[in-house]
Amino acid sequence: MTRIGVVTELGSETRVAATPATVKQLIALGYEVAVEAGAGARSSFPDAAYAAEGASIVSTSEAFASDVVLKVNPPSDAEIAMLRPGATIAGLLSPALRPELLEALSAQGVTAVALDAVPRISRAQSMDVLSSMANIAGYRAVIEAAHEFGRFFTGQVTAAGKVPPAKVLVAGAGVAGLAAIGAASSLGAIVRATDPRPEVADQVKSIGGEYLAVDVDEVMQSSDGYAKATSEAYDRRAAEIYSEQARDVDLIITTALIPGRPAPKLITAADVASMKPGSVIVDMAAGQGGNVAGSVAGERVVTENGVTILGYTDLASRLPAQASQLYGTNLANLIKLLTPAKDGRLAIDFDDIVQRSVTVVRDGEITWPPPPVKVSAAPQAAAVPDAAAAASVGPKPKRTLSKGGRLALIVVGIAALFLVNAVAPPPLPQHFTVLVLSIVVGFYVIGKVHHALHTPLMSVTNAISGIIIVGAIVQITSPEPIVQVLSAIAILIASINIFGGFAVTRRMLGMFARGDQAGR
Amino acid sequence: MPENLLTPESIAGAAYIVAALLFILSLAGLSRHETARAGVGWGIAGMAIALVATVWLTFSEAWGEPSTTLGLGLLIATVLIGGAIGLWRARVVQMTGMPELIALLHSFVGLAAVLVGWNGHLAAPHLEGALLDIHHAEVFIGVFIGGVTFTGSIVAFLKLSARMKSAPLVLPGKNVLNLGALVVFVGLTVWYVNDSQLWLLVVVTLLALALGWHLVASIGGGDMPVVVSMLNSYSGWAAAAAGFLLNNDLLIVTGALVGSSGAYLSYIMCKAMNRSFISVIAGGFGIEAPRKGDEEVGEYREIQAEDAAELLRNASSVVITPGYGMAVAQAQYPVADLTHKLRERGVHVRFGIHPVAGRLPGHMNVLLAEAKVPYDIVEEMDEINDDLGQTSVVLVIGANDTVNPAAAEDPSSPIAGMPVLRVWEAENVIVFKRSMSTGYAGVPNPLFYRDNAQMLFGDAKDRVEDILKAL
Repeated sequence: MTRIGVVTELGSETRVAATPATVKQLIALGYEVAVEAGAGARSSFPDAAYAAEGASIVSTSEAFASDVVLKVNPPSDAEIAMLRPGATIAGLLSPALRPELLEALSAQGVTAVALDAVPRISRAQSMDVLSSMANIAGYRAVIEAAHEFGRFFTGQVTAAGKVPPAKVLVAGAGVAGLAAIGAASSLGAIVRATDPRPEVADQVKSIGGEYLAVDVDEVMQSSDGYAKATSEAYDRRAAEIYSEQARDVDLIITTALIPGRPAPKLITAADVASMKPGSVIVDMAAGQGGNVAGSVAGERVVTENGVTILGYTDLASRLPAQASQLYGTNLANLIKLLTPAKDGRLAIDFDDIVQRSVTVVRDGEITWPPPPVKVSAAPQAAAVPDAAAAASVGPKPKRTLSKGGRLALIVVGIAALFLVNAVAPPPLPQHFTVLVLSIVVGFYVIGKVHHALHTPLMSVTNAISGIIIVGAIVQITSPEPIVQVLSAIAILIASINIFGGFAVTRRMLGMFARGDQAGR
Repeated sequence: MPENLLTPESIAGAAYIVAALLFILSLAGLSRHETARAGVGWGIAGMAIALVATVWLTFSEAWGEPSTTLGLGLLIATVLIGGAIGLWRARVVQMTGMPELIALLHSFVGLAAVLVGWNGHLAAPHLEGALLDIHHAEVFIGVFIGGVTFTGSIVAFLKLSARMKSAPLVLPGKNVLNLGALVVFVGLTVWYVNDSQLWLLVVVTLLALALGWHLVASIGGGDMPVVVSMLNSYSGWAAAAAGFLLNNDLLIVTGALVGSSGAYLSYIMCKAMNRSFISVIAGGFGIEAPRKGDEEVGEYREIQAEDAAELLRNASSVVITPGYGMAVAQAQYPVADLTHKLRERGVHVRFGIHPVAGRLPGHMNVLLAEAKVPYDIVEEMDEINDDLGQTSVVLVIGANDTVNPAAAEDPSSPIAGMPVLRVWEAENVIVFKRSMSTGYAGVPNPLFYRDNAQMLFGDAKDRVEDILKAL
């Protein structure tokens, strides 16, 4: 039987890779679970709770000797050495940033599953540990900032005077940013957010923030669900916005990360210096180089002008029970995917895009990076010509006239009308005058037709077009019998049209009723 | 000189201006709910004035001749018969059969225009020189437009009443055929102006009939709303052409009014469907190569009426998006009952109407109005689309292409770019459907495989009644 080992994290890490609830799920998948003694202690999961769900409590070396080892943080060299060749280790491995770790794992001859390499596709959402952690971190960032901030978030009018609401700027509206926006606005602050992807504006609004658009003629389309690097013009305008905001807001939370690159510098030293004393900045990207000048990874820094910069990199770990629960559930979902037969046997299917992506080392062979995955709600630019072609299947290709072309067409039309009227004998010009004016009137008169009235309108115009009967009546007195017969037929069908059209319109309109009349 | 001041002509001319004004008021009135009934009244008044004036003018001029008495008899008989038929049809028509009726009525105008044109040839007035040439051209143009309207409307009627296959007819080189017909028409016109032979008129009539047939036959049933509106416009132009022929300003004014308002209405609908307006007037724009092979296949979930009722009971807001399927199943009454029940329970119920839902512009509004759904909870696509994200339950009743996420998300889809109701943003979507087959456009609908979508199979009317029972 395959044994899963849950080990204690080293150092200050408070999270654990499995909770009693997820241990139960793993056992249901057919695995035997061994939990290192004290692994869940810092997340408030005592050994007894694991044991109660059917796990055995074992020593460190026993846990590492399991067939599958579940971890949170990347393993240290000493920990890698404890792995059995042929075993599988799962955790946050940051494969793009730490090639030496992959080398070490490969040298040990193990299979490594990186939870932070889960692709962002809907099917894989239940395993997206980065989103889970970012959510927690975003929330915690606000809590940390509130802790440092010497004032309320919400505005109040009290007997002791008026308290203005705190203003918060959130840079980057990804999962962490949105969580921060939600937390800050639910504390009562005024929240503004920036992001290079304009499509997140609605998400920001929906959670209570105000989206600050960077008004540059550039649309960023993300093909893999993550933000990308931005252009120079964009950066310049964005920098202005950050400078303006820094002077105004009380708190800044930065979450901007670009996969595989150092974090972009958003808040300059001058911006920090322009902030009011007592302001707080939380740089959630401090671990990747930082978005804020002067932030130190893992440290609390106070600048000369009294601005506190928090560079904590363990924000998620500061909510250990919550983080472990979400992490453990994501991991259990991944194990479930890797155990298709639910028989306690790990089977990695390389044809499956999720499984392919997360597996960074297979049996000692490095399989990182995986082939790219394209997923996004935004259509790709390259596909647009196809779409246009598909939409315009018709007798004439759909083309949009340029402004000049349209103008030329109008001029030609007017000139043609002019010529016809100039050369035509009477009564043609009068007729044309009447025709042209009627066309314009017809166009404007229904310009604002209510959508519900399309059918009655069409039905009434249909009845009115029965006016052709006038033509037939004029002809019916003709001495030619054949003309009289044809006219009679025309009158007959035209009157069906007139009477039928008006009657049916009246009937239709009789049915329309407003809410307060509907009861009648 | 009192006899010159009050001649039949001058009175008729004055009456025509009044009638034209009344028609304009009628169309303007029909643009808003509050004035719609009055609008119909204006239209009827205008028509009555026009008819009385014309009859009086015609018969006062030709009084005494033997053909006049016969003509008067024919006139009275035909108007009575025609009026009776019209009123009878209008009374008995099912609201779901409205599109067919309107298409059929369009064909009458087309046919009448053809007959008037023929009479113009048979009883040619005594004209000379350029005026005679113009008269000939007018006869030809009138017959041509009338013929196209006639057969086009007939085909639309046949397609709408399912007497004809709704799939678009694809003849090889159909654009060449259409353009060729126009070129031939121009050639024949020139010929006829120079030498007005009856057989040329026969040829052009047949040509127009064939062109009208082909134009509409090559448009798929799903695009019929635009087609009906377009034919409405054509019938107006036919009347205007007859006005030129007969030197009758009233015909010109009215025809142009109908023609341009119909064209504008078609334009609105084209925009709603993201189609090119030019392609629509040219016909055959509805051709879409059906995609095979890469159909999105996934797993759909089925829901039972009881569970659907449970969902609705716990919902805070419900949006119903009906489509042609609701009309087919005659489900508007149970849907209205459902709406009523839910509103009594305090559920916020609204309707989201896609501009081209059904087979006629505003088709759904008419059906819902028939079932006494208050019109202030019936909203347009643009009004409701942004609210769909905050909606607890969306009921998709007999709609398919108008709620297809592929239009918004799959650039290679044949309906890509068509604005659709974004029902998939709601918390729950219940799709009423007979089976898992594709919709009118033949495009697979990935909505059915979404996580938040559930299928309720069966006849829409029966299923809604089941839900009502469960509630």
